[in-house]
Amino acid sequence: MSINRINQLFRDRETEILSIYLTAGYPGLDDTVKLLELLQEHGAHMVEIGIPFSDPLADGPVIQESSQIALNNGMKLDLLFKQLLEVRRTVHIPLVLMGYLNPVLQMGMEKFLSRCSEAGIDGVIIPDLPPKEYETRYRELFKSKGIYNILLLTPFTDDDRIRQISSLSDGFVYLVADSSTTGVRDSVGDHQKEYFQRIKEMNLPVPGLIGFGISNRKAFLTASKYASGAIIGSAFIRVLSEKNTLSLEARVEKFIRGISGN
Amino acid sequence: MGFAVDMQGFYGEYGGAYIPEMLYPNIKELEDSYLNIVQSESFQLRFRHLLKDYAGRPTPLFRAERLSEHFGTQIFLKREDLNHTGAHKINNTIGQLLMAERLNKKRIIAETGAGQHGVATATVCALTGMECIVYMGALDVERQASNVKKMKMLGAEVIPVHSGNKTLKDATNEAIRDWINHPVDTHYIIGSVVGPHPYPDMVTRFQSVISEEIRIQLMEQVGRDYPDYLVACVGGGSNAAGAYYHYMDDDRVTLVSAEAAGLGVDSGKTAATSLLGTPGIIHGSRTLLMQDDDGQIEEPYSISAGLDYPGVGPLHAWLARSGRATLHAITDEKALQAAFLCTRKEGIIPALETAHALAALELITPGTDDVVVVNLSGRGDKDMEIYIDKLEI
Ligand SMILES: Cc1ncc(COP(=O)(O)O)c(C=O)c1O
Repeated sequence: MSINRINQLFRDRETEILSIYLTAGYPGLDDTVKLLELLQEHGAHMVEIGIPFSDPLADGPVIQESSQIALNNGMKLDLLFKQLLEVRRTVHIPLVLMGYLNPVLQMGMEKFLSRCSEAGIDGVIIPDLPPKEYETRYRELFKSKGIYNILLLTPFTDDDRIRQISSLSDGFVYLVADSSTTGVRDSVGDHQKEYFQRIKEMNLPVPGLIGFGISNRKAFLTASKYASGAIIGSAFIRVLSEKNTLSLEARVEKFIRGISGN
Repeated sequence: MGFAVDMQGFYGEYGGAYIPEMLYPNIKELEDSYLNIVQSESFQLRFRHLLKDYAGRPTPLFRAERLSEHFGTQIFLKREDLNHTGAHKINNTIGQLLMAERLNKKRIIAETGAGQHGVATATVCALTGMECIVYMGALDVERQASNVKKMKMLGAEVIPVHSGNKTLKDATNEAIRDWINHPVDTHYIIGSVVGPHPYPDMVTRFQSVISEEIRIQLMEQVGRDYPDYLVACVGGGSNAAGAYYHYMDDDRVTLVSAEAAGLGVDSGKTAATSLLGTPGIIHGSRTLLMQDDDGQIEEPYSISAGLDYPGVGPLHAWLARSGRATLHAITDEKALQAAFLCTRKEGIIPALETAHALAALELITPGTDDVVVVNLSGRGDKDMEIYIDKLEI
C-alpha cells in the first residue's frame, strides 16, 4: 500500500498546513466535488468533508445550519460516496470525512470504511466515537481498510489521556482550540496558548492541527506557531453562505488566499 | 439476566457514553463521583428530607375501587401526581440539584419539552438560589406558554431553541452544547433516564423511591410487597424506571410499558420508539431510536408532549428487547378515553402521559385477585386545553 496522503502532507510541510472543513451537499447538493477542486487549486492542503447529521451535538450554529440545508438538499451518506467515486481523478490532497457516529453505524462500520477506501478517503474523524471503543472494537478494521482515525484533544484533556489518545490517533491529532462547539471567534486567547504550548512540549507521537474557532489569518498563524497548522470550518462555511456579487469561485479563492497569505 | 447497569454503563448492548471529547471531563467527573455521593449519609439525609417535606413524599398508593370494578381486578394508583409541581419529575431534580451542589457547580442547565421537567428544575433552583437556564424548542415555547411563564416566575431563564425541528430533541442538543461551552461551573440536569452514562443510572436511582414506597405500601395494604402487574408510561422512561426499579429482577412481576403510538404505530405520526426504533446513538447513548435509513433522527409525534422523544432510555431498550417488559403502543385517542375514564371513575385528572399507562389496562388480562399497580406519573392541569377540546366535541 502506498503512503497515506496525510503522512505525506506532514512530511512535506512542517508548518502552516491549512485544512478546510466543508459540509457535504452545501450550499448545493452537487457542489462538494467542485469545492474540493477549488480548494486544492487555491492552496488548501487538506479538506475535511462533513457528513451532515440531524443532531450535530458538537457544532455551533453555522455548521448546524449548513447541515440542515444539506439534508434538505437531499444529501445522504450513500449519495456522498457516489459523488466521491471519481474525486481522485482531479483531487490529490488528503481528504478526511468528519461525521457523527449514528449515520456511520446505520451504514455499518465495515461498509463505511470500505466505501471510504473505494473513494480514496484517507482518514475519518468521528467525534462521538469514544477512543476506548475505537481501540477495542474498530481499530483492526480501520487498519485493514487503510483508513486513518483522527482523534480529538481539548484544553481539559489530562496528560495521561493526551498520551493515550495521541498514540491511538493516526496521522495527526485534532487539537480542539477551546472547550467549545464549532464556531467563529476573532482571536486565540492566552489560556489557549498555554494549552497549545503544553501539548507542544509533550512531544506527542503525531503532529497536531488546531481547530474550532479559527477564522482569520492572524489566528491561523498563531495556531501554526504551536502546531503544524489549523483547520477552518465555520468561517469557511460562512463564506459559502454569503450572498454578494462575487461568484462562489471568487469567494473561495479570496478566502483561501487571505488565510494562507499567497 | 440482570437489569442493573454494568461497569461500562451498559444495559445489555444499550447505553454507554458516546460523547465528543469536549464532554469527557464533565461526564468523567460525574461518573467517578455519583455513586459515592448518592450513597453518602449526608446526601441521603438531605435528599430524604427534601423528598418528604418539600416534595410531599411518600405519595399515596390508592386502591382505585371503581376502576378495579370496571376492569375486574385490583387496581392501585401510585399517586406521583401529588408531588410538588405535579409529577415524578421533582424526585430527579431534587437529587440532581444536590449532586450539583456536591460537585461545586454554580449554574444549572436543563432541557424541557412540555415544560414539566423545566418547571421541576426551576423550582429546585429557586429553592437553593442556583442560576437556572432552561432550553426549550421554539415550537414548544409557543405550545406551552403557561409553563414558560411558571419557569420565568421561578427565576429561570428560558432559551427558545430554533435549530432542527424546534422541539425536545433539539432542546436537548442545545443543552449539551451549552455544557460543552461551560465545562467547569455547570451541571446539566437531564430530565429522564436518557443521555450518556451515568445519567440513566443516576436518574433511575433518584426515581427508585417510587418502587421503594410501593413495596412498603403494598405490604401494608395487601400483605405482600409486590404486584402482579406494574404499569407505567415511557417517554424517556424515568417514571417507569423508578416504578420498576426494585422489581426488575423479580419475575413474579409483569412489567407493562405504555408507549405513545400517536395516530397509530404505522401512521408515520408516532412515538412508539421501542417498537419501531432501531439501534443507534442519540444524545450520547446507544439505544433504540426512530431514524431513517441514512441514520438521521426522525421527529416523533404524540398528543402528549412528554412522550414524544425519538429515543428511549437504554434500560427500557433492554427491558423491551430482552422481553422483560411487555410493550403496548397507545394511540392519542385511547389515551384520551383512558384519561376521561380515570377522571369519571376516581375523580383524578391524570396527565396525558399518564393516560397512556391507564389505557394499557384495556390490553392486559389480570385475574380478579391479581394486584395491578399503575404509576400515576402526573396530574392533568397542564393538559386541560386538550381535555376541554375533547369535551366540547
Ligand atoms: C406526567 C409525566 N409522565 C411521564 C412523562 C414522561 O417522562 P418519563 O418517561 O421520563 O417518565 C412526563 C414528561 O414530561 C410527564 O410529565
